Amino acid sequence: MSHLPVPKTYKLYIGGAFPRSESGRVYEVTTAKGAFVANAAKASRKDARDAVVAARAAFSGWAGTTAYNRGQVLYRIAELLEGRSAQFAEELQLSDGISAAAAVKQVEAAIDTWVWYAGWADKYVQVAGNGNAVSGPYFNLSTPEPTGVVAIVAPESQGLMGLVSVIAPVLVSGNTAVVVASEKSPLSAITLSEVLATSDVPGGVVNILTGSAAEIAPWLASHADVNALDLAGAGSLQWVDLQIAAADTLKRVLPPEPGLPSPTVSRITFFTETKTVWHTKALI
Amino acid sequence: MPASSQSFLDYAPAPESQAILNLRESYGLFINGEFVPGSGKSFSTISPATEKKIAEIAHADAADVDRAVAAARKAFDGTWSRLSGTDRGKYLFRIARLVQERARELAVAESLDNGKPIKESRDVDVPLVAAWFFYYAGWADKLEHAGVGPNPRALGVAAQVIPWNFPLLMLSWKIAPALAAGNTVVIKPAETTSLSALIFAEILQQADLPPGVVNIITGAGDTGATLVNHPDVNKVAFTGSTSVGRMIAKSTAGSGKSVTLELGGKAANIVFDDAPLDQAIEGIVNGIFFNQGHVCCAGSRLLVQENIETEVVERLKDRLRTLRLGDPLDKNTDIGAVNSREQLDRIRELSDIGEAEGATRWTSPCEIPAKGFWFAPTIFTGVETSHRIAREEIFGPVLSVMTFRTPAEAISKANNTPYGLSAGIWTDKGSKILAVADKLRAGVIWANTFNRFDPASPFGGYKESGYGREGGRHGLAAYLTSGPAAGTVRKATR
Repeated sequence: MSHLPVPKTYKLYIGGAFPRSESGRVYEVTTAKGAFVANAAKASRKDARDAVVAARAAFSGWAGTTAYNRGQVLYRIAELLEGRSAQFAEELQLSDGISAAAAVKQVEAAIDTWVWYAGWADKYVQVAGNGNAVSGPYFNLSTPEPTGVVAIVAPESQGLMGLVSVIAPVLVSGNTAVVVASEKSPLSAITLSEVLATSDVPGGVVNILTGSAAEIAPWLASHADVNALDLAGAGSLQWVDLQIAAADTLKRVLPPEPGLPSPTVSRITFFTETKTVWHTKALI
Repeated sequence: MPASSQSFLDYAPAPESQAILNLRESYGLFINGEFVPGSGKSFSTISPATEKKIAEIAHADAADVDRAVAAARKAFDGTWSRLSGTDRGKYLFRIARLVQERARELAVAESLDNGKPIKESRDVDVPLVAAWFFYYAGWADKLEHAGVGPNPRALGVAAQVIPWNFPLLMLSWKIAPALAAGNTVVIKPAETTSLSALIFAEILQQADLPPGVVNIITGAGDTGATLVNHPDVNKVAFTGSTSVGRMIAKSTAGSGKSVTLELGGKAANIVFDDAPLDQAIEGIVNGIFFNQGHVCCAGSRLLVQENIETEVVERLKDRLRTLRLGDPLDKNTDIGAVNSREQLDRIRELSDIGEAEGATRWTSPCEIPAKGFWFAPTIFTGVETSHRIAREEIFGPVLSVMTFRTPAEAISKANNTPYGLSAGIWTDKGSKILAVADKLRAGVIWANTFNRFDPASPFGGYKESGYGREGGRHGLAAYLTSGPAAGTVRKATR
């Protein structure tokens, strides 16, 4: 007896839950060859705003975790990714039309990148901050802190690797994220949201929207409760308009890059703020 | 009976002599190492204390901006980027020393043109200018330690636009790190305060800085807009209002230019009931009445714990009654002139709105000179978080007092602003300071002090107070790139 497959309903990931789009809209996700895979949720402006509310609500808790704890929570995601690697590889073959070997290689690289970033959680402060020798009786220390809610336009291809390249560096310092998944190949993003939901990352820290980036990104760019914008995957959108919209609230904006963002400390520190604390020293 | 009538406060006039100044009747633009006439319509710079004309200032038009950027580009390609870090540093050391040598002259010019008390320009602004150049001079041959990654290099030509509140100090914050990193500069001082920048141009000549490395162009907002939008500029650094900062962020979007913005603020100065009150009172006064309150990081919102509000406000009033308002060049002056009529109008307008919205106004009794632009130190009590004087930057000697009961309420009120430049915390309890400092969303936190500045200390804001840092290693990094890495700026193709 052959088993009749049970297809999955592809939904959004907001505040730790899996809602459908409030708009009731879906769009067809297909394989690289054009075969029907599923009807994925097509997120609306309201969904984007709900995601920002969830990300804001999760911010102080996530930013307030100890660096050691955050590092472990992030590392555990890598453990869970490892367990799902076959599923990620299979979906990559479907959506990107690449060979099994290439898909496995990419998933492995993505897991290693995630581990690399997880290890930075309790170290980047030492690299990016410093004590300052000021001319006077003052203690003076500069440390980086997460900037807040970061809206991310994920790379359009390279599934899991593309997502890891943009999500991990944002989470390391304690930011929360609203991610607009690749419209054409959202499978990795949807599976990643299932990984996140079963990890120790609190709901709302990462929110994933599927649908049209061209439609959703402008709402995020102009949203007053979003602090920064990562346009990594926005190269084919009208990204200058997104940057202009972001200027109204002076968001930090990382413009698109050709290709996939490589793992760097500067990707972590771009989404941080330097806080400098002065304190008087007694004259004894 | 106001204390100002008491005899012990009657000081004999002690004006700093203007004889040290050797001003020209009119100033041109400083392009490619020499003063040249401007093509726009020149304008007068006046003393805000007397409304008397000091000098005629050139107005740079688009063609002048072109010339200045071309000079900076030529100097970048031909001279400055080829010089060793050691030699760049030695030029900056020379400048630091020349500023020290001409410190008194610069201080007098600054107070004359800006209206700030001579004791501030003499003891704060100008010494910090020298310190800024001295600090960054030493960085010029150590760029690989700036933390931007391997092979750090300059961005190119930097367009810099600075405000009128600390004219020469803001110039040093901009020029010193730019040159240390190997960039060349076109800088535009504020329309009402060009004088010290033009004397600084003479210092650059004395330092024999290669022509075109620093170009100083004067003019109004149109000159600044033309400069930051010039296609051959690689870096834009702006200090000023949040509204202009927004315009710059928009107009440079997609241009590939690296941008840092130091914008407005509405800092909370939080005073807990276990604060060292003598120091706190001095800190509150310094926080909002330093430089007539024309300070982006001014502690303009006093958040005082409810049970000590009456005592703090009474002691503040007593202290403010002793402040002397008047001639900026008088060594005993505490409160100088407001920089311009336009700014005075803005302070008056917002203060009137404060009263209209229901806050209680108290103004320090002091004689206002007949000529010039003046605003007496003012405190508003009964201010609510929704009042405009609690939300908008007044940029004047006006303090809005609000209360809180718990640390959590203080933090929540302090963060209840789109700005995030600075904040103050007053308590003798160290653990409370560190816990509150952790939760404040602001770039500079002063604990049991306020308005401290140092070239080694990064300065800059969160949220709508802008992005990037000035000062310290972070301030140097803002003028460097390490080549293709994350953050590689992509230019729009359209």
